[in-house]
Amino acid sequence: MPEDKEFKVIGTRPIRHDGIDKVTGRAAYGADIHFPDMLHGKVLRSPYAHARIKSIDISKASSHPAVKCIITSDDLPLVEDTITELGETVINLKYLSDNILASDKALYKGHPVAAVAATDPYAAEEAINMIEVDYEILEPVLDVRQAMEPDAPVLHESLKTESMGKGEDQSQNVASHSQRKHGDLEAGFAAADIIVERDFSTATIHQGYIETHNATAQYNEDGELTVWCSTQGAFGVRDQLSKILKMPVSKIKVVPMEIGGGFGGKVQVYIKPIAALLAMKTRKPVKMTMTRTEVFEGTGPAPGSYIRVKLGADKTGKITAAEAHLIFEAGAYPGSAVGAGSLCIFAPYKIDNLQIDGYDVVLNKPKSSAYRAPGAPNACFASECVIDEICQKLDMDPIKFRLINGAKEGDRRCDGPIYPKIGYLETVEAAQQHGHYAESIDKTPNGKLRGRGVASGFWMNGGGRSSVTINVNADGRINLIEGSTDIGGTRASIAMQAAEVLGLSSEDIMPAVVDTDSVGYTGVTGGSRTTFATGIAAINAAENIRAQMIGVVANHWELKPSDVKFKDGTFLAQKNGEELQMTFKEVAAVAGGPLVGSVTASPGGAGNGFATHIVDLEVDSETGKVDILRYTAIQDVGRAIHPSYAEGQVEGGVAQGVGWALSEGYLYNDEGHMTNASFLDYRMPTSYDLPSIETVLVEVPNPGHPYGVRGAGEVPLVPPLAAIANAVSRAIGVRMTELPMSPDRVLEAMGSI
Amino acid sequence: MSKKTHVQTEINGEGIEFLCEPRQSLLEVLRDELHLTGAKEGCNNGNCGACTVLMGDRIVNSCIVLGVEAEGEKIETIEGIATSEGLHPIQQKFLEHAALQCGICTPGFIVSSKALLEQNPTPSEEDVRFWLAGNLCRCTGYHKIVEAVMDAAKALNTEVADNA
Ligand code: FES
Ligand code: FES
Repeated sequence: MPEDKEFKVIGTRPIRHDGIDKVTGRAAYGADIHFPDMLHGKVLRSPYAHARIKSIDISKASSHPAVKCIITSDDLPLVEDTITELGETVINLKYLSDNILASDKALYKGHPVAAVAATDPYAAEEAINMIEVDYEILEPVLDVRQAMEPDAPVLHESLKTESMGKGEDQSQNVASHSQRKHGDLEAGFAAADIIVERDFSTATIHQGYIETHNATAQYNEDGELTVWCSTQGAFGVRDQLSKILKMPVSKIKVVPMEIGGGFGGKVQVYIKPIAALLAMKTRKPVKMTMTRTEVFEGTGPAPGSYIRVKLGADKTGKITAAEAHLIFEAGAYPGSAVGAGSLCIFAPYKIDNLQIDGYDVVLNKPKSSAYRAPGAPNACFASECVIDEICQKLDMDPIKFRLINGAKEGDRRCDGPIYPKIGYLETVEAAQQHGHYAESIDKTPNGKLRGRGVASGFWMNGGGRSSVTINVNADGRINLIEGSTDIGGTRASIAMQAAEVLGLSSEDIMPAVVDTDSVGYTGVTGGSRTTFATGIAAINAAENIRAQMIGVVANHWELKPSDVKFKDGTFLAQKNGEELQMTFKEVAAVAGGPLVGSVTASPGGAGNGFATHIVDLEVDSETGKVDILRYTAIQDVGRAIHPSYAEGQVEGGVAQGVGWALSEGYLYNDEGHMTNASFLDYRMPTSYDLPSIETVLVEVPNPGHPYGVRGAGEVPLVPPLAAIANAVSRAIGVRMTELPMSPDRVLEAMGSI
Repeated sequence: MSKKTHVQTEINGEGIEFLCEPRQSLLEVLRDELHLTGAKEGCNNGNCGACTVLMGDRIVNSCIVLGVEAEGEKIETIEGIATSEGLHPIQQKFLEHAALQCGICTPGFIVSSKALLEQNPTPSEEDVRFWLAGNLCRCTGYHKIVEAVMDAAKALNTEVADNA
């Protein structure tokens, strides 16, 4: 492990390679695509949250002079009701297809029912309003606990609860029930001196990326389909298109444009297959973009949830037993993040006796999708709040409690594996030593109530397949070709790792994110995997190049490759007592031909991520408004390749956490219509809502990566919900258990309304 | 399709004429008719600031300004901010401070920040946070954006002092 190794490039802060394009407006995002003869596509969406589609009449709309094509689910190939592997996950094909265009039932308001291609976007919009759909309106179900009732409206008549591989007698809306347990729960609680048990709920929320979904498709006479789009993973889009359209993957080229945010929400496809189908039928390029309302109503939100946590501890603060029930909104089709939530809920701690039950429940909301550490923020909100209450009751410092119970190398995680080297306790120690924690807060200045909250969080982090090709130019600069879309500076963090291997500067590397025809399979930019896994692919490709160059040098000097050494970007050898040396650039010049290194890596060993956050805030007892005064986020990132972008991940995660905790949430009326589907009414934090965020990067190198990298992108969203809830609870003296903690809820908790 | 209107305006210092439908927004005209795609659409109803441009000395959300309103105006978009001399100091500071992640909000922030620093060359952090509250960024948490703008103010003031 190169713990004390001196790095030349890693840990520095070069300007990102795509920076100039992005500060000048030149960078090409999906919606910036333009073809002179393109058509514009538009989707007709269900106005009802739950309805049977009896018939669709397109005759009027077809007569619109600008309309070129109208499609419904009848135009999608019939796919089987089967579970299939899709990239790195498994899904039911029928559900995937029905979510693109509803076949028999519309399952949420905003569910696509038909689509139109017309010569201009206004005409397309006029035409969709001319399509006549006969619906039989059904009663919607909008709350997971109601959906679990035996007499609840049923979404899928054929759904059978999966329970640890077996069928289970449950409401038909319960898609799955999983359970993890070890130790002796009863004995654990019997040994406790104190037990706290509470129910928590979190609202349905959205990833809130600023760029809406888009897709432009073109279909050639030879059967080749090209789709330009915004996506976290071009190969994942290709896989999904191939399944939904029943086309071989090799006939599909997906071109990932620059992407304006994703956070897990741009993995699943929505309008891409529709644009493709319209292009196939019209043989014209078809461009589609979603409106913001369509994004809220028709794309994967993060699941709302109900969670019950029971925790026991003895007088010394040692946890004796823990139990959790997690019920997550899957949305219209099975597949919420309850599995990941169940895995993360107690992961920062060593607990000998525990049981965790997770329920995945369908209801009449859009199919939920991933959002940054999917499931973990909901889950840790509940567990970390209960821990805080135990600390209060034991009159114990919350940091001390975490030092007593925190997991370390060799401890067993709740789902079985033994932790390798992890840095959880290091984040807690860093919190304890931080000036923020040392400084006390004045509790009641100017009639406002102040509180401090602490919480920790865990995320697994992912590995998986990534490909990189490196081409060496005769002038010694290299092209680094990759398949990982760059959402937050990964061109830089990947290029820097290759530069470190080759003794080059970051500026000597020219990274390019290319389409699915031009690089090997690469998994999504998600799961905090990119700097880790694509980084390893880049390191391996660079090592391959280095070996080839040693061959070139050896030839040049008429020596054996084993006689040539490489150090700090220079090739060295001794020949007849003479010191020979050549720089990377000199070798590139004499190589006499292209040097190419191509690698596909599929590393495991991603290295788990932990974070501990401290927040001070102030509650206005008259209005119930919460103001964040100070925020410190401490995180183990293993090794920060480009510290500014690692910090950026943390700062962005905290900001999203503040929104989740205080102001964000889908509001529904009784019919199941979202009533706040705009950025005005769905309140994400602005610059004025936040203080500056102090980030402390702890580096406990991950043994699974040559430079020690751990994923950094997701875990920063895990602690803020509980940290803020703990601070509010301590400020007002009442436990807050529902998110968001909007002013009305705070006032209600204080008994003011 | 309604009849198109002829509009004469100035964009980034160049005289420009275009035809647009009365219902088209300035953002649609910029992006779809003139292919100046630097201004982005995030919401199309004035809530996110991704489409920010300058119209005279006002900052506007171009998605809620009509194309025909550009008649006789001076418009400045992100495409006009760097000059043949190079990047504007705000652009340079955004790069140095890593004040962008996905970059979709960046054009809007840079245009808004430029207007801020023209009106208030020495803003406090509070001033910057208040001014930029009309621009949403979902990636950065604003921390590095605010740092970049404060640092750009400093750089611009040094430039002014050097030229004096
Ligand atoms: S697109 Fe104009 S303010 Fe959002
Ligand atoms: S950098 Fe992505 S929205 Fe601001």
